[in-house]
Amino acid sequence: MSEKTENKKKFDLVQFLISNALIILIIASAIFVGIQNPRFFSMANIKNLLANTSVRMVIALGISGVLIMRNNDLSAGRQVGLAGCICATLLQRMDYAGKVYPNMEPMNMWVVCILVMIGFAITIGLINGLVVSKLHVPAFIGSYGMQTIVYGIALIYTGAQPIGGLIPEYTDWAAGSFLNIPLIPNLAIVTAVVMLIMWFLYNHTPYGKKMYAIGGNPDAAEVSGINTTRMTIVSYMIAAALFALAGFMLGAKAGGTSSNLANGYELFAIAGCTIGGVSVNGGTGKVSGILVGVLVFEILKIEMTFLGIDTAWTYIVQGIVIVVAIALDIRKYIAKK
Amino acid sequence: MSEYILEMKDICKSFPGVKALDHVSLQLKPGHVHSLMGENGAGKSTLMKCLFGIYKKDEGTVIYNGEEVNITDPFDALQRGIAMVHQELMPIRDRSIAENIYCGRYPTKGFGPIKVVDHKKMYEDTQALLDDLGLEFKATDKLGTLSTSQMQLVEIAKAVSANAKIIILDEPTSSLTQKEVDKLFEIIKRLTSNGCGVIYISHKMDEILKISDDVTIMRDGQYIGTWPAEGLTTDFIIAKEVGRELKDLYPPKINTPGETVFEVKDFDSVLDNSFKDCSFSVRKGEIYGVAGLVGAQRTELMEAIYGLRGITSGTVYYEGQTLKIKCPEDAIKNGIALITEDRRARGIFGVLSITDNVAVASLDDYLKFRVMLDHKKINEVVNRSINELSIKTPSPKEQIKNLSGGNQQKVIISRWLAKEPDVLIMDEPTRGIDVGAKYEIYSIIGRLASEGKTIIVVSSEMPELIGICDRIMVMCEGRITGVVEGEDMNQEKIMELSTRFKS
Repeated sequence: MSEKTENKKKFDLVQFLISNALIILIIASAIFVGIQNPRFFSMANIKNLLANTSVRMVIALGISGVLIMRNNDLSAGRQVGLAGCICATLLQRMDYAGKVYPNMEPMNMWVVCILVMIGFAITIGLINGLVVSKLHVPAFIGSYGMQTIVYGIALIYTGAQPIGGLIPEYTDWAAGSFLNIPLIPNLAIVTAVVMLIMWFLYNHTPYGKKMYAIGGNPDAAEVSGINTTRMTIVSYMIAAALFALAGFMLGAKAGGTSSNLANGYELFAIAGCTIGGVSVNGGTGKVSGILVGVLVFEILKIEMTFLGIDTAWTYIVQGIVIVVAIALDIRKYIAKK
Repeated sequence: MSEYILEMKDICKSFPGVKALDHVSLQLKPGHVHSLMGENGAGKSTLMKCLFGIYKKDEGTVIYNGEEVNITDPFDALQRGIAMVHQELMPIRDRSIAENIYCGRYPTKGFGPIKVVDHKKMYEDTQALLDDLGLEFKATDKLGTLSTSQMQLVEIAKAVSANAKIIILDEPTSSLTQKEVDKLFEIIKRLTSNGCGVIYISHKMDEILKISDDVTIMRDGQYIGTWPAEGLTTDFIIAKEVGRELKDLYPPKINTPGETVFEVKDFDSVLDNSFKDCSFSVRKGEIYGVAGLVGAQRTELMEAIYGLRGITSGTVYYEGQTLKIKCPEDAIKNGIALITEDRRARGIFGVLSITDNVAVASLDDYLKFRVMLDHKKINEVVNRSINELSIKTPSPKEQIKNLSGGNQQKVIISRWLAKEPDVLIMDEPTRGIDVGAKYEIYSIIGRLASEGKTIIVVSSEMPELIGICDRIMVMCEGRITGVVEGEDMNQEKIMELSTRFKS
């Protein structure tokens, strides 16, 4: 309604300051932490930050398309976890005692990656999309159901046992850097490529434009001849493929997996997206913004570790940041008189 | 104490891109019926929404019962004794009439500090009220089982039950039959004899002249004047409303209808109380009007043709070919476009740019390398539309929500022109658009028809249909009651057909 947008200029300025204040605060706090503990600015720490961010960013990108279309995917973290477990079982050393498939040669890691991505898209992603678009189950509930289903599958698949003994090729790749430049971890290269693809998809293809249109006004999108059902399904399939990719990356980075891998990561992905300007009311969000959002969140976590804050407290702070970020986002859409 | 129960002075209200109210004043005496008149988009509803606390006024004062008041929200307004019956009903369909009437102010009974809803009292009071007003419903009936006009009466009963000092009726008769209108007028007389002031918004001259004490006329958000109703003539009111000679309201006709090309046969809705046995045919280059009262199912029929609503039977033909339409995507592929009635809810993408709003339906037509959008080509199309339809905007990148209603409508028309449809269905194309922009929209419609497009215009404004259409189909309660042309295209004939099945 147009009456919501009056006083727009004044309101946006305040909003602009509030959202940027977050970034300014993060930079200021990083400097503060750096002074307290100079190791904060060490190569190792920055590389660790980049590697962490790389995985989180892929998850956030996956969920972003779903969020922009006013849906949600709470199964994201569990999907990452299951994908990590599947990748790990296919990439175990022959000489490892607890090998899940003792007689199977480890596959080529990139073949595993592609197969798992496709597999997730056409199973979990497709089902999520169908449940939300065809059965009209609210995305929140539908994907929450999927979350526990996927966790159950992961428990059965792994026998609730951790999976180790990964082939060095796989783990070394995740630990390594592009051309041995420490500031460019291999994981970051993958993420950069995914970002580029997603940026292209969102800005230069009909899919992207239609996605923003559905998020902006689903009813008008339908009248405009956009097949919202198909678009919703595709968005969940893309998301699932990216969650699988994140699982592949995370498994390698961690050097071993378990059914609890990536538990709760969807919340961080949603938070990253929201802080980065993806509205929970749909229709807005940019790849660059999502990167900022995810980075802010990761930096915050590492800072707390460096300040020696108890893990229990870091959870509380993270929770507060998520709620505050979404509260600020919602403020933009509350009816103004 | 002044002689007025309500004085609104110099009220101003702006929306992005449009000044909706520009120093408007209104004075209401207790026991009087004060009519507020003006074309659609003149700002009548906006003024009332400012009074009722739905909108916040930018400037001006409201003096109620001799005191300056600042009404913050509808609840506040109700507490102060101001009730409003909205043009667009907001019924809670799955709840009973009584719960709708007492919504938010349920009578309670107490067990000590614990208060519970007193259902017995609520239903008894409601039944007494309904009986008293001569409405033949049960308080326990679910609202959803009533027809649109019956819901309107319940809504009026709700205002009465609030013991309001001022009741605002925003186009209360738009869906009522003559009998129901008479009932409403009885209710109004009773209210005013008790000292209640009534603000009455309507387009119907005969009603206004019949029940009003005073008439205030608005045009384009401006206050034109207030006159005692006695001695006013229809011509005088229209001249004041329009602000210029009537003959300038519609552009001259330039289209000449050709052969019949578009046929709709035997459309039946999946719903029981919607359209039935609807068949009609339209010629190439014809402007075909669809008239009827609110609830006549015109929108529903058009949306069914477009694939948005379910049907049990029905076929669409273009140039003798059967069109298979299951969803809007199919309709568009077959050269049919629909401009929806509710522009804000189902037309525009508020947060998106004008460019995106124009291109949204034709994205797949602007590809290069098969997957990539050709932004240059899109910009050309958008710029051409902006020039051709003279869309007033600072830039194509502007968010569409910042444009005025008329310009938003032109953007939506551009969206469909980019698809070059054969048949363009326009549902209330000038609703909420100011007079000048209306004329432009009519001109565009005329030009499109002269270029051989088949245009179907659904409208509740009879003069508009008579002014621009070649023929007008009239619907009543889901059925087509007739098609008028030439001499028969007059308000009386259309009204008669619109109320064919109403008692």
